[in-house]
Amino acid sequence: MNIIFVLIPLGLVLVAFGLWAFFWAVGSGQFDDLDSPGWTVLTDDKSPPDGEHDEPEGQIK
Amino acid sequence: MSGAGTACFHCGEPIPAGFAVTARIGDRDQPVCCYGCKAVAEFITGSGLGDYYRYRDANSTRADESPRPDRWTAYDKPELVERLTRAEPGGARSMTVLLEGLRCAACSWLADKALRLQSGVLDVSVNPATARARLVWNPDKVRLGDLLRVLESVGLRPHPISGEPAVQLALLERRTALKRLAVAGLGMMQVMMFSVPLYIGESSGMDSDIRQYLRLISMLVCLPVVLYAGWPFYAGAWQALRARGLNMDVPVSLGIVLAFVASVFNALRGEGDIYFDSVTMFIFFLSVGRYVEMIARHRAGSVADALARLAPVTARRIRGNSIEDVQVIDLSVGDTLLVRSGEVLAADGLVLAGDGRVDESMLTGESAAIAKGPGSRVNAGTHNLGAPLEVRVEAVAGDTVLSGIVALLERAHAERPRIARSADRAAAWFLSRILIGAALVCVAWMFVDPSRALPATLAVLVATCPCALSLATPAALAAATSALARRGVLVAHTDAFEALAASREVLWDKTGTLTQGLVKIEEIQPLAKLPANRCLELAAALERWSEHPIARAFLAVSDETETATDVEVHGGEGLEGLVAGRRYRLGDERFVLQLERHPRDSERLAAPEKSGWIYLGDSEGPIAAFRLTDQLRAEARDCVSALEGLGITSRIVSGDQVEAVARIASRCGVEIFESRMTPLAKLEYLKDLQSDGRIVAAVGDGINDAPLLRGADVAVAMGRGSALAQTSADFILVRDSLDEVPATVVLARRTKRVIRQNLAWAFGYNLLVLPLAALGFVPPWLAAIGMSLSSVAVVLNSTRLSRKSPTVDGGRWTAVEQAKAAG
Repeated sequence: MNIIFVLIPLGLVLVAFGLWAFFWAVGSGQFDDLDSPGWTVLTDDKSPPDGEHDEPEGQIK
Repeated sequence: MSGAGTACFHCGEPIPAGFAVTARIGDRDQPVCCYGCKAVAEFITGSGLGDYYRYRDANSTRADESPRPDRWTAYDKPELVERLTRAEPGGARSMTVLLEGLRCAACSWLADKALRLQSGVLDVSVNPATARARLVWNPDKVRLGDLLRVLESVGLRPHPISGEPAVQLALLERRTALKRLAVAGLGMMQVMMFSVPLYIGESSGMDSDIRQYLRLISMLVCLPVVLYAGWPFYAGAWQALRARGLNMDVPVSLGIVLAFVASVFNALRGEGDIYFDSVTMFIFFLSVGRYVEMIARHRAGSVADALARLAPVTARRIRGNSIEDVQVIDLSVGDTLLVRSGEVLAADGLVLAGDGRVDESMLTGESAAIAKGPGSRVNAGTHNLGAPLEVRVEAVAGDTVLSGIVALLERAHAERPRIARSADRAAAWFLSRILIGAALVCVAWMFVDPSRALPATLAVLVATCPCALSLATPAALAAATSALARRGVLVAHTDAFEALAASREVLWDKTGTLTQGLVKIEEIQPLAKLPANRCLELAAALERWSEHPIARAFLAVSDETETATDVEVHGGEGLEGLVAGRRYRLGDERFVLQLERHPRDSERLAAPEKSGWIYLGDSEGPIAAFRLTDQLRAEARDCVSALEGLGITSRIVSGDQVEAVARIASRCGVEIFESRMTPLAKLEYLKDLQSDGRIVAAVGDGINDAPLLRGADVAVAMGRGSALAQTSADFILVRDSLDEVPATVVLARRTKRVIRQNLAWAFGYNLLVLPLAALGFVPPWLAAIGMSLSSVAVVLNSTRLSRKSPTVDGGRWTAVEQAKAAG
C-alpha cells in the first residue's frame, strides 16, 4: 500500500501539468470561440459540386 | 424551410400581400419581402457565399431598404482610420467591430468569407458568441470604409467599437472564469477520488497513517479550489457587506470558509469529519452556473456596446467657411456642428440655425418627431429627420443626456436592486435560521458538556450550509438555463427565475414587441384616375429622399422606376418634389390640399379615420391615400392567451396614440391598455401595480422601455431590440419571437418546483440525520453513503428540467437535420 505515497503525488503533478496546459490554451485564445471553427471545416472554400448532393428544397446550387 | 412561398428567403418575414419580387438565387427565383433583402441575398450568392443559406440556423435580419453607402465614407479618411484603429506589424491596421444581426455560426462564417474575398484583408476573426469581428487589413490595398460596406451588403451592419478596453475586459473575464472553472472541476474530481477510499475505509478498516495521508492530500488539492476558484464569491460578499447588504455570495462564502476552516482544523489534528469534497463540489457547481450566466450577459451586450450603436463616431464641424469631418471624441463645447437630414446628433447642444424635426423616441418614447428651430435644445443620440441643423455644442461625451441615462442604467445594473430582493431574502432567511440553530446547539452543549460545544456547533454549520445550498439551487438553475438556451432564450440573470415563476401580471410594450416594429402599407385608396401601382411609384420616388421610418414602407414595395427631383422636406408635414416634371406632395391631408390650385371642400376626402393615413396629391387635388400600420406579430395572440391560461394577465403600456393601441389590444385579446405613456409614466404605472404586492413581468424592445424593464420584477427583451433594453433584461428572446414567452414561464415554474423539492429533500435529510448522528446512532460509513445518494438524487431531479422538448425548433430545417439528411 505504501506505493500510494509515491503514486498520488505523481498523479497530482500530472493534474498540475494538465491544468497548466489548459491555462496556456485559454490564454492563447483557443477557447474564445467554440462554435465557428467547426463550421469553417465543413464549409471551407469549395462549394459542393452541382447536382451531386440531394439538396433540400430551396437550396442554392 | 424559408423558401415556402409565404416567407422571405433571406429574413423569413412574411411577404406583404401583392408584393411579387424575387431574388435570383442560383438558377431559381426565391421570394423576398423587400428590395433590401433582394439586394443582400443576391449579393451573398453572387459572391459565391450561398452556402450561408444552407448552414445558418437562424433567419437573417431584415435588410435595410435604403442602405446608404455614403455612411462609411468618413472611414476612408486616413487620419480618421489612424485614430480609430490600431497599428499592427508590417504597416497593417486592426479594428474590432460589433456586427448587428450576427446570430449564428453561419453568419460569422459569412462575415469571415465576405471579408476575405477582399484583397488586402490580412486576417479576420469573427466571434459569434460576442457578435464581434476583429479585422486586420493593409491600408495601402483596401480602405476601411470598403470593408464596412461589404459587411453591410451581406446584411450584417457593422458598428466600429471605440471602447476596445471593454471588449478586452469581457474577453479577460471570460478567460479567467474558464480557468477558475477548470481548477474547480479538476479539484472536485481529485478530491472525490480521495474521499471515496476514505468513506469505504471507515467501514473496512484502513491504516490510520494512510487515512491521515489521504485527508492531508485532499486538503492540499482543495486549497487552490478555495483560494482561486472561489475568489469571485468572497469578492462579491465583501462588496455586499461593505454596502451594508446581504446577497447570495454572503452565505455562500460563509459556507465555504466555515466548512474549509473546520475541515483544515480536523485534518491537521487528525480526527473529526472533513468536508473537502463538499466544498469543492459546492464551488464547482456554483461556478458552472455563474459561467453560463456570464456568457449570456456578454452576449446580451454591455452598455458600452449600446452606446456604440446609438452615438455616431464622426460629426461634421463647421470651421469658418469649411466643413470638416471630425471624430466625436475631438469635439469640444462651443464647436458648431452641421447635422444633415437623417443624421444622428453627436452631442447635446443649442440649435443656431435650421428648421429640423428631431426623433427623440429613444430618450422620451414619443414616436412623433419634434420640431426644432433656433434656440431649441437637442440631445446626442437623437435623429434629425428634417432640414439640416446648425448646432452649438453644449455638452459632449460623458456629460450628455444620453450618457446620463446610460450611467444610470449602469449603476442600477451594478447594484442589481430588483434581483437582489427575492434571492437575497431567501438567502438571508436561510442564513439567519442556520445561525440561530447553531447558536442554540452551542448554548445547549454549554450546559451539557462545554468541551463538546465547539465541535457540535461546527458540525451543524458545516453539514447544513454546503449540503442544502450546494446542489439544490445551482444544479436546477444550470439545467433550466441550458434548456432555455436551446430554445433560443438567453438567461442573463438566473435569479430572475423565481420572480418569473411568481409573476401574475405582464406589461407589454406595443411597437416592436407585440408588433413587428416595421411600418407597412396596409391599404392603398386611389382618389383620382391613377392606378394604385402608379400612385405607389410616385410616393416612393418622393420618399427616397426622406429618412423617416414611413419612407421604408414605401421603398420596400417599389422598384425604383421613378426618380424625384427638387424634393423638399417640410418638417412635420410631408414631402414636396418634382416627378416627371410634375409637382407632387406627400404627407398629411392639410399639407397636400394646400398644393391644389382650386381649393375645394376638404370634406370630399374619403378618410375613414384620420390617424394612420397619408395622402399624395398634385395641383389637381388628391391622388391617393395610403393607410400605414405596424404589423401585429403572428404569434402575439396565441402568446397572450397562453399566458392567460397560466394565470397571467396581460396589459399594454404604449407611448402611441389611443386608437393605434386599442386596435392592437383588441387584435391580440388584451383587455387592459394604456396609451400615450412616457417612459416615466410606464415606470409609475408599474410601481402602482407593484405597490399592490403584485409581481410584474415586462416585455419590451426599445430604449424607452429600458427604465420599465429595469423596474420590473422580471424583464424580457426582444433579440432584435435595442442593446440598451437588452442590458436591462433578465431574459432575451434571441429568435425575436414571442412563442417562447409562455414556455419560459412554464419552465420557470417547474424550476421553482424542482428547487423546492431539492431543498426539502436536503433539509429533511439533514434534519433527520444530524440529530441521529450527533447522538451516535448513525455510523460514519452510512452517513457517507447517505450523503452521496442525497446529492445524486438532487442532481438527477434537476436534470429533469433540461430534458429536450419535441417542439424546440418549430419544425424548422436546422443545420443538424441538414447534416443528417446529407450524410
